[in-house]
Amino acid sequence: MPEAATAVKTVELKILRYRPASDERPAFGSFKVPYTEDMSVLEALQTIKDTLDGTLSFRWSCRMAVCGSCGMMINGKPQLACNTLLRNLPPGPVTIEPLNNFPIERDLVVSVGDFVKKIESIYPYIIPKEPKTVAEGPYLQTPAQLAAYESFSDCINCMLCYAACPQFGENPNFIGPGAMALLQRYNGDSRDGGQQKRLDTIHGEDGVWSCTAVGYCSEVCPKQVDPANAVNQNKTNSAFDFFLRFLRPGGAR
Amino acid sequence: MSQFVQEKRSISPLFWLPFGAGGMLSALFGPALILITGILAPTGFLLPQSFESYDHARAFAQNPLGKLVLLAIIALFLWHGAERIFLTLKDMKAGPLLNLKYATYGVAAAVTVVTVLLLLAVGF
Ligand code: SF4
Ligand code: FES
Repeated sequence: MPEAATAVKTVELKILRYRPASDERPAFGSFKVPYTEDMSVLEALQTIKDTLDGTLSFRWSCRMAVCGSCGMMINGKPQLACNTLLRNLPPGPVTIEPLNNFPIERDLVVSVGDFVKKIESIYPYIIPKEPKTVAEGPYLQTPAQLAAYESFSDCINCMLCYAACPQFGENPNFIGPGAMALLQRYNGDSRDGGQQKRLDTIHGEDGVWSCTAVGYCSEVCPKQVDPANAVNQNKTNSAFDFFLRFLRPGGAR
Repeated sequence: MSQFVQEKRSISPLFWLPFGAGGMLSALFGPALILITGILAPTGFLLPQSFESYDHARAFAQNPLGKLVLLAIIALFLWHGAERIFLTLKDMKAGPLLNLKYATYGVAAAVTVVTVLLLLAVGF
């Protein structure tokens, strides 16, 4: 058989670029890279960085949907670049932008500082109901008690849900879906005694009450955490707390 | 780690609880109500003759339990709709927030008051 010169299949990526030192405002740049069947968007970006433009900036680490660093808007939808295969996208150029609703630091890198502060604000650790000494042994938990919070512990802090949330887009101070999922991870833990402390951090307008039950956050979540469910559960909890506080000693705040 | 300023408590629960209760009620009873009062009653299909009679309806509205049912169905459905419409209009930036509140929660509150008055007026 004669060797047919098979034309290399390529894919075009339109990437929103922003280099703060030289660019006045973000603008799209276009790149073409060789396409293979098993290529993820992240691999395409890496190919660009390795062969076409070394200045292209984006975050990544694990390449397997675990670290949560490669979130970006792919064809307008918040997705993990490492978890999105080119072959599953519609034919034609692929549009890549930094995550919606976040300030751009450079190219596809957004600033995460506010998000980290929100996570810190909800006491993201177990506050034991009663302290135990090592000699007293571990805190035990039944499978049902584990199931009550386990799915919320799957969050990888990728912030896709924040890019999906129109209310966070309107009000960057809104605590947002991801932090609420983390809050529920601890508030739902049978070993934890910090429920009231955490409820007190979210009872304001920028807390759980900014949510209008759009639900897109749960749709884009790559780990099926269902942050909308966490928000909704805490609306109920916060609403009851609104009235129950009058029954608590010194709680009428 | 406790340097976070605690935010002022929101009064949203006052609106959210009736909204939630109304949502639950409308999901449970809304379709059946539409079927009975919207389709079966006008066509007289499957329902007893007396169903539509004035005396029948009045007896229901005069019964204390019937009053409660009517109030819950009318008022909570409205509070549910009011919250949904308010949030939608707010997202659409349809006008000053206070006006939107009057147009939604205001209507729900007014109809609630009127319903209570009417239910009292039909007597026991
Ligand atoms: S809840 Fe889901 S989408 Fe949101 S940060 Fe966690 S893993 Fe990402
Ligand atoms: S590189 Fe870690 S989640 Fe994509």
